Order: sequence, then structure tokens, then C-alpha cells
Amino acid sequence: MRGVYGLERLGRATVRAVEEIGYLGALLIESLFWLIVGPFRRQPVRIAAVFQQMTQIGVNAVPIALVLAFGVGVMLAIQGIHTMKTFGAESKVVIGIALSVTREFSSLIVGILVAGRSGSAMAARIGTMVVNQEIDALRVIGINPIRYLVAPSLLALSIVLPALTVLADFAALFGGAVYTSMDVGISLAAYAQDTVEVLKVNDVMQGVNKAFVFAILIALIGAGNGFVATGGAEGVGRVTTRSVVMSISAIVMADMMFTFFLTR
Amino acid sequence: MNTDREPVIRVRDLVTHYGERQILKGVSLDVYSGEIMVIMGGSGSGKSTFLRFLLGLHVPTSGSIELLGQDITQLDSQEMYALRKKMGVSFQGGALFNSMTVGENVQLPLREHTDLDDATIEIMSRLKLELVNLGGFDKLMPAQLSGGMVKRAALARAIAMDPRLLFFDEPSAGLDPVVSAELDELILKLRDALNMTIVVVTHELDSAFKIADRITVLDQGDILLVGTVEEVRNSDNSRVQDLLNRRPRDETIDPDAYMARLTNA
Repeated sequence: MRGVYGLERLGRATVRAVEEIGYLGALLIESLFWLIVGPFRRQPVRIAAVFQQMTQIGVNAVPIALVLAFGVGVMLAIQGIHTMKTFGAESKVVIGIALSVTREFSSLIVGILVAGRSGSAMAARIGTMVVNQEIDALRVIGINPIRYLVAPSLLALSIVLPALTVLADFAALFGGAVYTSMDVGISLAAYAQDTVEVLKVNDVMQGVNKAFVFAILIALIGAGNGFVATGGAEGVGRVTTRSVVMSISAIVMADMMFTFFLTR
Repeated sequence: MNTDREPVIRVRDLVTHYGERQILKGVSLDVYSGEIMVIMGGSGSGKSTFLRFLLGLHVPTSGSIELLGQDITQLDSQEMYALRKKMGVSFQGGALFNSMTVGENVQLPLREHTDLDDATIEIMSRLKLELVNLGGFDKLMPAQLSGGMVKRAALARAIAMDPRLLFFDEPSAGLDPVVSAELDELILKLRDALNMTIVVVTHELDSAFKIADRITVLDQGDILLVGTVEEVRNSDNSRVQDLLNRRPRDETIDPDAYMARLTNA
């Protein structure tokens, strides 16, 4: 009896998960539809809204993204030197930092930062609008909420997140260089020289491509959670939290799969 | 009195469900041009649901809803988009966009549906705000307005496009009697000045009797009665009289069903 009950719960959870993935997929398709078809139907996605979102999500996040990336670079240098000491190859730490920063850590740290900063804001904004009947008001005015609210954020995120990732690459590499030059005594110039030699365009692009995927995940999960908000302020709080946890989990899982297929 | 005119709203056998639960049980209703139709009923009578379906926010289980001669259950999204220009809605809580000023709220339908230049749109939005006695408030944010002002601003947004159909959800909910009476006057003024057809959903009797040409009384998903104010006042239907005289319902309880509910059998 207990087993059957557990099985039933598992089944229901699975159905819910599949349903939710389907819903987010539909959200993506409808957003793309409005981005592409909207202008021909005289219902375009407003460029002003896209730029506004790019400022809020991207430009305003630059300082904190740089600080975090710098920290990650320093951290990698410390750990890398500590590990390499075992082999007496401290100077090789440059390779480790250069590759792991560009291929992995910049996009990951920027993704998590933006998920916490802007994915949650999106869920909260749309959730509040649902609760206040503002979404209904949009619909009766004839404004599709997905065109008006989701498509601009989706576009803005997928431009801004790769850009932030490249900036974070520089900050993290600089952080690594500063620590390494102090600890091991490699000059900043030599460090830069080594880094440029090691790095290929492919390495940087791997991070950038990941950031693009993270951007889509953050936008869809943020908006998707916002639209299902019910029950006043408490409900909005619930979907906001849920969107942050979900999008960070999705980012880490996606990153793992990406790395698996691209690195092997 | 209106039989010679074509109805602008024509609902036939509207059946709707919320999950498994049936909310509207086959509602049919005609509303004629230039008329103020008040839909009245207690909580849970289905009146708010009815309005949401009239607005095309949900798809009914069965039945048809014709607005201005078009069946909205059959329209594609482009036709519905065109029809939306001729409808205005004022929601219960106002539903003003909190991230925009009052003026921008009123301008939004104009920006969406017209190619007018900014200056014209701004003048038109101020005109509508003047009409609802909110002249000079266009730079304020919705959070800075009082309850009555929010309702009037929402009304200004609803009439921004000079719609032929105006829907009004609970105009007097949460307002003091004076403000509520002013809003009633405003609704009458709008009908006379702009010749709109207005559907008002309310549970406020005073307000309903003051503004209505005809009243539809909904109860538990069914129409009890459609008639003029006099006809509703003189109705001998006991449920209507309960509503008018604020009498509590005395429903007879089926003992078997009661036991079944308690024991969850």
C-alpha cells in the first residue's frame, strides 16, 4: 500500500515536471514568435523595452559581476598554486586559470548572479502583475503579455549575459594574475603573454555559448514562475524564491551537460 | 422596450467550468446598444466569472458570446485583437500598471492601437483624465492615488479608445458612499456623452438601482431574472427578495448529502 502511494506520488511529480518543461517550451516558442512575426503584424516587441531591460540586467550588474569574477580568479590562483606545489610546477597554474575561467567559471558565476538579481525580479514583477489583475488588463487592451513582458527580457538577457561573461573573463584572469604575480613572482606581462598563448577562441566561445543558454533558462524560468503566481503577496514571494532555486539548479545542470559534451 | 434593436452583446447557453466544478449553467442574455446593464448577485453567484468570459479571458465549455456581432469563442487572435479596440474594461482593483504614471497608463491603449504622435496621445489622455475629474494628476504614480482616484483613472484608461462597449467590475467596492455615488454619476455621464453600452457587475444595490436600465440577477450560475429596476424591485422570487432585503439564505439541508460530506464518503 505504501509502495503504491509512493509510486503514485512519483508519477504525479513526473507529470508535473513534464508539464512545466512543456509550458516553458511553449513560452520560448511564443516569445520567439513575437520577436520574429510581431513587426509584420504591427504588434512589435518594443525596442525601448529591450534596451531598458539590457540596462537593468546588464549594465547595472557590471560592477558586482567584475568583483565576483575577480574573486573567483584569485580563488582559482590560490587553489591552483596549492595543488601545483605538489609537483613543483607552480608556474603552470596560468594554464589552469586561463582555461577554467573562460570555459567554466565566468559564465557560471555571471549566470548565478543574474539569476539571483534579474530572474527573481522578473518573477516578482510578473507575479505582482498577475495578482493585481494587470496581466488581465494587458490582455483586454489587446497586448499579449508574452510579447510585452517576456520577449524583451528574453532578448535582453541573451545579449547581455554573453557580454557580461566576456567582461568577467577579463576580471577573473586579472584576479588570477594579481595573486600569481604576488605569490609565485611571475610578472603581470609574462602572465598575460602565457594566457594569450594558451587561450584559443574556442575556449572563450564555450563560455559565451553557455551564457547564451543560461540567459534563456533564466528568462523562461523567471517569467514562467511569475505567470503562475496566486494568492497575493505571499504567492509572489513563493514564486520568486522558486524561480531563483530553479534557475540556479537549471544553470548548474545545463553547465554539467555542456561541459560533458564539449570537453570530452 | 428594446426588442426592435439589435443586441450588441448576445450570450447564448453559456456553460463554464472551473476544473470539475460547473460555474455558469447555461446563461443567455442580450444587452442592447446604449444600455446600462447591471449584473447583480451575491458572492459566488458567478457574476465575476461571467464578466471574465464576456471579456474573452477564458474559453467557455459551451455556448456562444457575441460582442458587436462577432462570436468571440470563434475568433482568431487577429480578429480578437481588432475587437479589443472597441472594448474598455475597468477592473475591480483598478489594475493600473504600477510601473507607469497615471498618464502613461491612459496612453498605453492609444500607443498600442494608433499611430498618433506623442503630443496628440498626451492631449487625448489628458482629455480622458479631465473627463473623470483627474485633470492634472497624469504625472502621479498609481501608488500615490486614493481608492476612488484609482477607480477613476482605470475608467479613464478603459475609455481611452472611445470604446463602444464598457465593462465595469464592482465600481463601488471598497469606496465610501460619497465617492461611490460620484462614480455612479460618472458612469451615467459617460453613457450619455459617449453613447456607450455599459455592463456593470456589482453587488451594491443602491448603485445598481441608480444606474441600471436593466438588471440581471445571477444566482448560483443561473439567471434568476432580467428586468428593469421596477421589475426587479417587485419580483416575487424569494432569492431576489433575499438579496434586496439582505436576508440570510435559508437553504434546506439534505441530511444524507450532509452526512456524506462530513464523513467524506
